[in-house]
Amino acid sequence: MKVMDIKKFSFTYAGASNPSLKNINLPVYEKKVTALIGPSGCGKSTLLRSLNRIHDLYPGNKYEGEILLKNFETKAMENILEFKKENELINLRQRVGMIFQKPTPFPMSIYDNIAYGLRLKGIKNKSELDGRVEDALKGGALWNEVKDRLNDDARGLSGGQQQRLCIARAIAVEPEVLLMDEPTSALDPISTLAIEELVTQLKQKVTIVIVTHNMQQASRISDFTAYMYLGELIEYGETTQIFLNPQKKHTADYIAGKFG
Amino acid sequence: MRLIVNKIILLLSTISALIGLGFLFWILVTLTVKGIGAIDLHIFTHDLVDNGLRNLLIGQFVLAFIAVVIGVPIGMVAGIYLQEYSFGNKYAEFIRNLSDVMMSAPSIVIGTFVYAIMVNPIGHQNGWAGAVALGIMMIPIVVRTTDDMLGLVPKELREAGVAIGAPKYKVIFDIIIKAAKVGIMTGILLAFARIVGETAPLLFTSGNSQYFTLNLNEVFPSLTVAIYNLATMPDENLVRIAWAGAFILTVFVLIINLLGRYFIKNKG
Repeated sequence: MKVMDIKKFSFTYAGASNPSLKNINLPVYEKKVTALIGPSGCGKSTLLRSLNRIHDLYPGNKYEGEILLKNFETKAMENILEFKKENELINLRQRVGMIFQKPTPFPMSIYDNIAYGLRLKGIKNKSELDGRVEDALKGGALWNEVKDRLNDDARGLSGGQQQRLCIARAIAVEPEVLLMDEPTSALDPISTLAIEELVTQLKQKVTIVIVTHNMQQASRISDFTAYMYLGELIEYGETTQIFLNPQKKHTADYIAGKFG
Repeated sequence: MRLIVNKIILLLSTISALIGLGFLFWILVTLTVKGIGAIDLHIFTHDLVDNGLRNLLIGQFVLAFIAVVIGVPIGMVAGIYLQEYSFGNKYAEFIRNLSDVMMSAPSIVIGTFVYAIMVNPIGHQNGWAGAVALGIMMIPIVVRTTDDMLGLVPKELREAGVAIGAPKYKVIFDIIIKAAKVGIMTGILLAFARIVGETAPLLFTSGNSQYFTLNLNEVFPSLTVAIYNLATMPDENLVRIAWAGAFILTVFVLIINLLGRYFIKNKG
């Protein structure tokens, strides 16, 4: 089942004459992990950042083609590039969450970090908030470490904890898709392992699209892999197939480490 | 040859630094000696008419406080606009430069301007005019600080706020300003220290009064203008009070500045 479907998608940054993404066609399957790999500058982050339209923060960027997102109420696929009102975009971002390369704890307590998105969704009841915060922190594999200091400033956590907090914050609002932009590249190996385990657990509930520089990581945690190069999608398929039996020589060379 | 040039320059800059510091030290010593000697309980409990400073101290604070109420919101909103909303707007840079120019505008010019719009039409000096003049002086400093401090907040934090589904204004007020809070507060504190010791903007606007008043519609007492007036009086006792006032003001400004620096140091 496709949750998202990217069709003939091109993207041009403000002021650029050439598109950074050219004619991308890529499905995203429900409750699977899709990894985007490729050398620096290939456009994988640009593609990821199109999926929740975070590019809209900066004026002048141009989208072409379609990015379809399944509406779980009507079962219909909606083109997110047609969303114009701020309300539609806010709604989109609650359905498609995002984790960044560097942890981004908000300057508030651990509790409020998680509760922030919930309050935006209109949950005000204290006991419901408490329950949802606890669930989210458990889901982010952080509960046991922070349950006694929920009112501490979140910026006092370690980098790995901060990143798990951000994941917990994102899953608290129960998104359908979670976008991860190199979520472990700023972390130490142990924290990286924790995040990878978390991703594997999370996919029971949420669809994940992850950008990674680390090919071992892609092969460990993803179900599908898309290999991109210079703004184009070179090859897409099941992760085992891409890594064991790539159809294109370009993909094989990248995976073998001949460039990158 | 280069070593000699180096030594000469070192010598010259040391001498000029010593001259500067020497004068500063001289001022401070004189101020302390003459000021401390003049301070007693009497000046805190009596108004100028009875040779005290009470009405002046309170008046100065009232003016500075109202200036903060006027200057900080306007300055912060402008700073927020410049940093968060002015993307690709060709006037933004112009506004930014204009604000910087305003920061170095001579304070007497601001005083004269407020005199023209708030004193002349009414016909007499009043406290509001003084407070507005100080407020105008504060605005560009607060604009600059807010603009700079918000600029230091990483863009990922803005994106994270938007990515969780927050409207832009909520991202700015709940997250970005909180992240820049210490810097902005420090800037406001330093702006306050800057205006609390100003004389020129008050000279034509709020004037001076020997009596205790909280009525801003009338001529309003302030320490700085009083010092200016008292210092030229032939009465030795009044000059003594001026020294006491100058000393109190200096200590106060020094404390605010030190507090500001303390906050900057302990930011992280």
